[in-house]
Amino acid sequence: MTASSDVGFHAQRQARWHYGEFAFWLVVLACGFLFPTRYLIMTDILRLALFAMSLDLILGYAGIVSLGHAAFFGVGAYAAGLLALHGIINEPVLALIVAGLAAMVLGFATSFLVIRGVDLTRLMVTLGIALLLEALAERFSNITGGTDGLQGIEMQPIFGEIPFDMFGKAGFFYSLAVLFVLFLFARRIVHSPFGLSLRAIKNNPLRAAAIGIPVNRRLIAIYTLAAFYAGIAGALFTQTTAIASLDVFAFERSADLMLVLVIGGTGYLYGGLVGAVVFRMLQELFSTITPQYWQFWIGLVLVVIVLVGRQRLHRWVLYVPNLVIKQVAGRKSVVAVPESDA
Amino acid sequence: MTAILTNLFDGVAYGMLLFVLACGLAVTLGLMNFVNLAHGAFAMAGGYVCMVLVNRMGWPFFAALPLAFVSSAAIGIALERTLYRHLYTRSHLDQVLFTIGLTFMSVAAVDYIQGSSRVFINLPAVLQGQFDVFGVGIGRYRLMIIVICGLLTIGLQMVLTKTRFGSRLRAAVDDPRAASGLGINVPQVFAFTFAFGCGLAGLGGALSAEILGLDPYFPLKFMIYFLIVVTVGGSSSITGPFLASLLLGMGDVAGKYYVPKMGPFVIYTMMIVILIWRPNGLFGRTAAR
Repeated sequence: MTASSDVGFHAQRQARWHYGEFAFWLVVLACGFLFPTRYLIMTDILRLALFAMSLDLILGYAGIVSLGHAAFFGVGAYAAGLLALHGIINEPVLALIVAGLAAMVLGFATSFLVIRGVDLTRLMVTLGIALLLEALAERFSNITGGTDGLQGIEMQPIFGEIPFDMFGKAGFFYSLAVLFVLFLFARRIVHSPFGLSLRAIKNNPLRAAAIGIPVNRRLIAIYTLAAFYAGIAGALFTQTTAIASLDVFAFERSADLMLVLVIGGTGYLYGGLVGAVVFRMLQELFSTITPQYWQFWIGLVLVVIVLVGRQRLHRWVLYVPNLVIKQVAGRKSVVAVPESDA
Repeated sequence: MTAILTNLFDGVAYGMLLFVLACGLAVTLGLMNFVNLAHGAFAMAGGYVCMVLVNRMGWPFFAALPLAFVSSAAIGIALERTLYRHLYTRSHLDQVLFTIGLTFMSVAAVDYIQGSSRVFINLPAVLQGQFDVFGVGIGRYRLMIIVICGLLTIGLQMVLTKTRFGSRLRAAVDDPRAASGLGINVPQVFAFTFAFGCGLAGLGGALSAEILGLDPYFPLKFMIYFLIVVTVGGSSSITGPFLASLLLGMGDVAGKYYVPKMGPFVIYTMMIVILIWRPNGLFGRTAAR
């Protein structure tokens, strides 16, 4: 077998759907029927998962560290809010896509700033853009409602058929459908030659350029796509909670997002989904123990994760599942987090 | 005309304060290439120590300032030896996550101990009010800040250029590997400088309570300012961050005065433009590493 067909063979095998993945999505769907009283928090988790997946696309696959991903979330949130509030586009799905596109335009425009410079400059520029947008949203309070946020948003039924109910059931399944569709799309992308070239860029931009990958163009493309995803997540936030306030741009939102992704692991798309669940659980747990000071414990979790080491932590977590699989199936290390240091 | 001069004066005072707050970060970033987003937490610690000493225990303000420095430096060196030093070789992402975690912890901890409202330090009567020089209003407190920070800057520059420790530090910043090859104990130099930088931040925090406002969210609110000073100024010397702080201070004060509605917008735009134009900072050299 030649080297090139070998690479193709492994890439295709990686891209195949595993049993675990089917099981994962079935469990998620089952949750929708098993816990009818917890729709609100579950919708929240789905939103966060989509947002984290968006960051995973640029951080886990392209290696761009961003401290201001909330910028796109915020633009999506306000776009969806304004569209619904002024009745420009009443149909939620269409409004969702338009809001995503708005964030995408911003992502495309700012990607030229982000691809320049090293890690530190990127951190600063992404952070700066998010802060800039927050300041803008505060400044143009006649449009955004300022610190009060957009109020009185009324969502029309999805496709004109399914209305949003007060228990959040419609919102949950709507979010789940959006997440799943976007997940399929992202999965297709990261396993395509385009996705593989992104990994090459992440590992070594210089070498990637030397074998003929247009580094900057690829980074712009994935950054723009991630902005679209984040915008959709933001729009879902507005549509399912019917509010949009200044805190959609907050630094804490970007920082929490990092934590979500770090908990779940980067570079295999499920990291954001798993991380979102664990993060919300932790947050619930901490806020029942200390309602006002849960941020302290979140901070502690971050510090501990970094000190222990993300890879080592994932090995520990997967130790028991791997042991079971080894005993039952006789195979070695089936569940593994394919992660390199981002 | 006098309004412009008063603004200029306030801007300079603000800028000098920012410099004292941020110059420790310049060393951390320049010397060890370590992204320390928790730098503001050390400043906050100093500010709160000063507040407790002055307001609760009745210490004179000028006696509490050195203690703010010492306590922040002590916290700095303790954390450096126990936690920070494990992360020097790690990726920027790890460093960012770690220091964000520390920042969150400090915010919640101070909120828990001291409450979430803004605190004020009782100033001695000497420092209150302002006087006129040729019609230009000069705040006593701001004048004191300019004097203290000016002396500190001169002192720092002297230490950096004239002493043996200064040349070791500069050597270590320029090329840590060559420096350690020449027998310079780079980790030790760094630990000392880190502690000193934290101490300066603590002093700055104590001084800034009156001007910037001191509450548990201080580290998050001013993180971006410290980072702007360092990234715009470059981390290869202290003149870069110094000029950057003055620029930032005057820009911010002028921006708030003349275009109050645009507020922070001016600063952020300036930062992004400068970073795009010169990714290594206005006064930085092109990176050797």
